[in-house]
Amino acid sequence: MNHLKENFFQVRDLTKVYKMGEVEVHALRGVNMELFAGELVVLLGPSGSGKSTLLNIMGGLDTATSGFVSYRGKDLTQATEKELTEYRRFHVGFVFQFYNLISSLTARENVAVVTEIAENPMSPEKALELVGLTERTNHFPAQLSGGEQQRVAIARAISKNPAVLLCDEPTGALDSKTGILVLQALERINHELGTATAIITHNVDIAGMADRVIHLSNGKIADVTENKVKKSASKLQW
Amino acid sequence: MKGQVFAISMVVMSGVATFILFISTMHSLDFTRSKFYREYNFADVFVNLKRAPESLKDKLKNINGVRQLETRVSAYAKLDIQGYAENVTGKIVSIPDDGNPLLNRLYIRQGRLPDPFKDNEVVINETFAQAHGFKLGDQLAAVINGKWKKLTITGIALSPEFVLVMKVGAMTPDFKRFGILWMSRKAISKACDMDGAFNDVVLSLYPKARESDVIRDLDAILGSYGGYGAYSRKDQMSHRLLSEEMKQLRTSSRIYPVIFICVAAFLLNIVMSRIINTQREQIAILKAFGYNDFAVGAHYAKMVVLIISAGVATGIAAGIWLGNMMGNIYMEFYRFPAFIYTLHPEVLMIAVSVSVVSALAGTMHSLWKAAKQPPAEAMRPEAPARYRVTLIEKTGVGRWLTQPARIIARNIERKPIRTFLSIVGIAVSCATMVSSGFFKDSIDFMVKAQYVFSQKEDLTVSFIEPTSYRTLYELKQTPGIHDAEGFRTVPVKLKFGHRSYKTVINGTETEGRLHLLLDTNLHSIPLPESGILLTDHLGKILGVKVGDVLTVETLEGAKAIRQVTVVGMAKQYLGAMGYMNLNALNRLMKEGDAISGAYLVTDALYREKLFRTFVEMPRVADVYIRQNEINNIYEVMAKSMLYFTFIAMLMACSIAFGVVYNSARISLSERSRELSSLRVLGYTRGEIAYILLGELAIITLAAIPLGFFIGYWLCAYVAYALASDLFRVPLVIELKTYAVAASVVIFSAMVSGLIVRRKLDHLDLVEVLKTKE
Repeated sequence: MNHLKENFFQVRDLTKVYKMGEVEVHALRGVNMELFAGELVVLLGPSGSGKSTLLNIMGGLDTATSGFVSYRGKDLTQATEKELTEYRRFHVGFVFQFYNLISSLTARENVAVVTEIAENPMSPEKALELVGLTERTNHFPAQLSGGEQQRVAIARAISKNPAVLLCDEPTGALDSKTGILVLQALERINHELGTATAIITHNVDIAGMADRVIHLSNGKIADVTENKVKKSASKLQW
Repeated sequence: MKGQVFAISMVVMSGVATFILFISTMHSLDFTRSKFYREYNFADVFVNLKRAPESLKDKLKNINGVRQLETRVSAYAKLDIQGYAENVTGKIVSIPDDGNPLLNRLYIRQGRLPDPFKDNEVVINETFAQAHGFKLGDQLAAVINGKWKKLTITGIALSPEFVLVMKVGAMTPDFKRFGILWMSRKAISKACDMDGAFNDVVLSLYPKARESDVIRDLDAILGSYGGYGAYSRKDQMSHRLLSEEMKQLRTSSRIYPVIFICVAAFLLNIVMSRIINTQREQIAILKAFGYNDFAVGAHYAKMVVLIISAGVATGIAAGIWLGNMMGNIYMEFYRFPAFIYTLHPEVLMIAVSVSVVSALAGTMHSLWKAAKQPPAEAMRPEAPARYRVTLIEKTGVGRWLTQPARIIARNIERKPIRTFLSIVGIAVSCATMVSSGFFKDSIDFMVKAQYVFSQKEDLTVSFIEPTSYRTLYELKQTPGIHDAEGFRTVPVKLKFGHRSYKTVINGTETEGRLHLLLDTNLHSIPLPESGILLTDHLGKILGVKVGDVLTVETLEGAKAIRQVTVVGMAKQYLGAMGYMNLNALNRLMKEGDAISGAYLVTDALYREKLFRTFVEMPRVADVYIRQNEINNIYEVMAKSMLYFTFIAMLMACSIAFGVVYNSARISLSERSRELSSLRVLGYTRGEIAYILLGELAIITLAAIPLGFFIGYWLCAYVAYALASDLFRVPLVIELKTYAVAASVVIFSAMVSGLIVRRKLDHLDLVEVLKTKE
């Protein structure tokens, strides 16, 4: 099925070595993978397996030690600082474990931060509606619950109409009930807007909602499985 | 932390350095002066008179309270110096034929005292010798009492009486055109026809003697010998000027260090509260392990002390260095055998303890918070910052703001106290710059008022004694003189109620055009036909208003006592005196149409020839050249002002840099997470720098007008604190001074902004995302 869709990301022999003091940490040891248009992929693995490093490199936040990552044919490993900034600005949306909202701005304004600089954004109101936060648009982060804050972060990430959404442990700081609300929002975006979505998690139960599950272990891809039947996010539990 | 500690150290250093600079220079001058006065027996009371027989000396000596008394002969001489075309005046003072005087003894820097058996030997004062490059054995021609005399220099000396050599009525010392010459009593007496007589008395008092009684007795005895009224040391010119200088140092030592210490305390406060905030968990762990509040507080107190100790240490070193440098600048004008730099240990102790105490006081709140926090609470992350929609947005402007602009506005409004203090800190640095430029502006204005608007004459000649008005016609006939107006100067004592003041009354011609009196707006005030105008400051001293009647006691000629109505006040920045119509003054004196000198407008081409004429005119005692006075003022100013402006600029920069840099670093540390998030969202480095530095730019720009305001009032205070009957500093600040002050502040803000911008460019995006605030 996937070969019919555009291949957004191509990752080849990707390695990443960190120097921690005098110790070399091999975060990635030759990773190969793809991410196709419109699909929802879960990158599953225990902490230290290298999944965040992989996502950061794909998101243009970190550099690789060796190997090759291309986004729609463009080599990210050779991109300049300016090109990476543009790439993040126009093509990719991020959702983080700790939301990373601007505390001095309201929910609407947090979304506007992105829509103001994007090329073809939706309105902040529309983005907030997509995550079910129409009622909370004028609230500051300090007035929102964790789940609500994460949904603002999702609204912010999708408001630029990105081709790809990269989510790093989006439910990591939330209880399961709130976490499911957040995953429902992601599911809806993927479904309605067709945004290719990569979700990093160590939570095995979340894997059920993915088209494909990529298992990472010790800096390598251990296994790739396809879900014949996708579970709805609302049916997940942990 | 390195940069922040450095910035704080700079401010602390500036504070300690200025404190030590001003206080130690003042103490050093005081010590050097006292030592010189003591060792060279500086007199306590002085009096000039017309002439009295030497036999009167015993009577004077017997006045109750007089310890030592010396009679002298003093005279003014016109000097003709080879290769120097302008008129030079010398004040000749006699020294006893048997050697160094008892009072006001000479410190011989070079050579020897004049030989009493030779009538052509002189010792000259050091600044005069240096100004002309005189060596021992050099000769100069003098017109003493109308007679030419060739004098040979046998020595170069200093005297406690002439620590600063300055002509009466001048604004600044002029070492080239005025010098002191000491001659043996025999020689000067012969030249001035004063054999067996004296015209000058100096005396010292017993410790418990009542100075005012002695002065009263002296005046009673010398009144009939043409005494001009005795005066005490505090009114002696050299002493008085030196005291004013020390007053200025004291004022400065009160203002500037206080500013710095406050700024340093504020900076420490914001830095420490940030450190403590980021170390909440460590504090909690320490307390969970059983450390008590005191131990935790002490830990941070030690940190504060450590941070400022570098600033205090370098400040002390810089203060000593600058103090010595300033001492050397003073020594160009004030001459002592040696400048003895003294730094009292208590000054050091004050500097150290004030810095430490105010730094701790500044950080007290944060320390207290650190020590008081229950461990469990401290271990929880700090509650998320609460924000509100700002007032400015509520006005409707909000619609037009971009999100980054909104972030800036809300951050500024969220911490109003910190924002306000940052603004005040930067404003203070701006004010410091304004106050340093103010000195130049006020002197420029004084020069303009005095020499451009008030004095239209380019030369002033004064006569040895009041002369007939006919002399003016002679002057007007002289080639090269375009215009001449006569004036009369009479030494007087003005009395009103229980207050009295010794000064002169200056009489100028009806409808005179050359020497104008000005009001506060520099418009000329016409001199009425009768009555007296007073310098406004003199009006204050005497407590008189327009319409009051003053008692005028003339100290010359017939010594008449008259009642004169005050008809107005004139704004003058120099001296304190009275002004009358020439005819009215002569009527008051019961003299005919006498003048004491003339204001002249001359042709520049004839200048040199005129100087020669005046040297040879026996009646002319002295010649003032307006342009020389102006040049001299700027020459003197250039030497000292440059130094002060340099120091002030250094300080202003250190404050502006310290405040802006620290604010920027704190903001960066508090908001690096937010800024990184924006970078991740695709904001460029420039765009996030705008958010961080935009806030600082607004604070800096807001600080500048406040700085102008504070600066203005600082100058007003300085002008007020320095005002004396010798001079008043006009409160004039030029636009240029404000512009320079603003530029210096903006420049140092930009430098610190750029440093922070570099740090911002190296934000580690990944690292920031991993951690929870």
